[in-house]
Amino acid sequence: MTNEMLSRPEAHEGPAGAELTRAEAAAAVERAAIVGDEASAEPLEVRPVTLWRLFQVFFVLGITSFGGGVVAYLRQALVVKQRWMDDETFLSGLELSQTLPGLNATNMSIYMGERLRGVPGAIVALLGMCLPGTVIVMALGMLYASQARTPAMVMVLGGVGAAAVGLTLATTLQIGKKQLAKPLDLSLVALTFVVIGVFRVSLVTALLTIGPLSIWLYRPRKRAAVDGPAGAAK
Amino acid sequence: MNVLSLLWVFGLLSVLAVGGGTAVLPEMKALVVNQYHWLTSDQFGQIYSLGQLSPGPNMLMVSVIGYRVAGCAGAAAALLGFFLPAGLIMFFCGRIWDRFADSPWKEAVQRGLAPLTIGLMLAGTWVLAKTVILGPSTAVIAVVVTVILLVKHVNPALLIFGGGIVGYLIGR
Repeated sequence: MTNEMLSRPEAHEGPAGAELTRAEAAAAVERAAIVGDEASAEPLEVRPVTLWRLFQVFFVLGITSFGGGVVAYLRQALVVKQRWMDDETFLSGLELSQTLPGLNATNMSIYMGERLRGVPGAIVALLGMCLPGTVIVMALGMLYASQARTPAMVMVLGGVGAAAVGLTLATTLQIGKKQLAKPLDLSLVALTFVVIGVFRVSLVTALLTIGPLSIWLYRPRKRAAVDGPAGAAK
Repeated sequence: MNVLSLLWVFGLLSVLAVGGGTAVLPEMKALVVNQYHWLTSDQFGQIYSLGQLSPGPNMLMVSVIGYRVAGCAGAAAALLGFFLPAGLIMFFCGRIWDRFADSPWKEAVQRGLAPLTIGLMLAGTWVLAKTVILGPSTAVIAVVVTVILLVKHVNPALLIFGGGIVGYLIGR
């Protein structure tokens, strides 16, 4: 360990050459977001992270990430800044988080905490992520309970809710760019939307019918394994 | 009794939350407002807004729903119900996930669930819109925020707070 590193306790990794690899990895992630392929990066030398440090990092994320998009903050903090994890591991966890039930933010906290420190790590990361928001939203909730009928409160929350509609719509359109452009995917999107949003079919029913159908349409095939149901998509 | 109902309702929502918080909003509203009558539609929208004003995952607002139903025990039940089941699933799947890295079915599941997720999120946005857009000015706020976010790279938090301020100034 060099003197320079000792003077910078936050820097967990030494050689300047690693920066290049990091930049390449970042570019790979950007590409992966567009192309949809797997990003690869040099494996990091993972040093043991203390539970307290883990808690601190997730606590800071939990208190500074506003308005969704927690995943971007997570990557910035754990992959770029702390270098606790490489992009490949991060992306693999993100895929899993998006596939399984639960919020991306909490699923990723659990996944990353587990990777870094096992069971206690997962618990500590989840708590760090959720604690600040819980305290603040509960404080707002109590304020709301006492002021719920004042016109000012109703008007502020009405404006916030309307802005939130804009935010979720924009987020959905951005995440779904790829799906909305392909006829097969678009019909599945529309089917799900109509079934849940218009006909108000219960979510259990919808998931258990459209889910298997959708996976079956994308079932592994020998010929078009890489590109999904190429015939249907055209 | 209510505490147990909260645990059940939010536990169910937890395992159904494929696609995250927005995706499960229609079901949450159906259960919390229409079936259990814990909140009115307006209250549901307002509590959702509280979640938007707080840092971290905005679905932490389930604690406020729980609190209104059964006090602090209710808040704990809602949180536990909503975050524990999905958390456990994630934890155990995370441990075995790498083994499926090369399975062709992994790709099938991911690709198949992606459009489903988008459809659920759109339905969530739709239900949210019907809940909180109650007049021309809220409609304008929603449209303006959507357009800004699609065109420019802005911190969403600014638009959320901005929406609150505009809402305060011009009402519904």
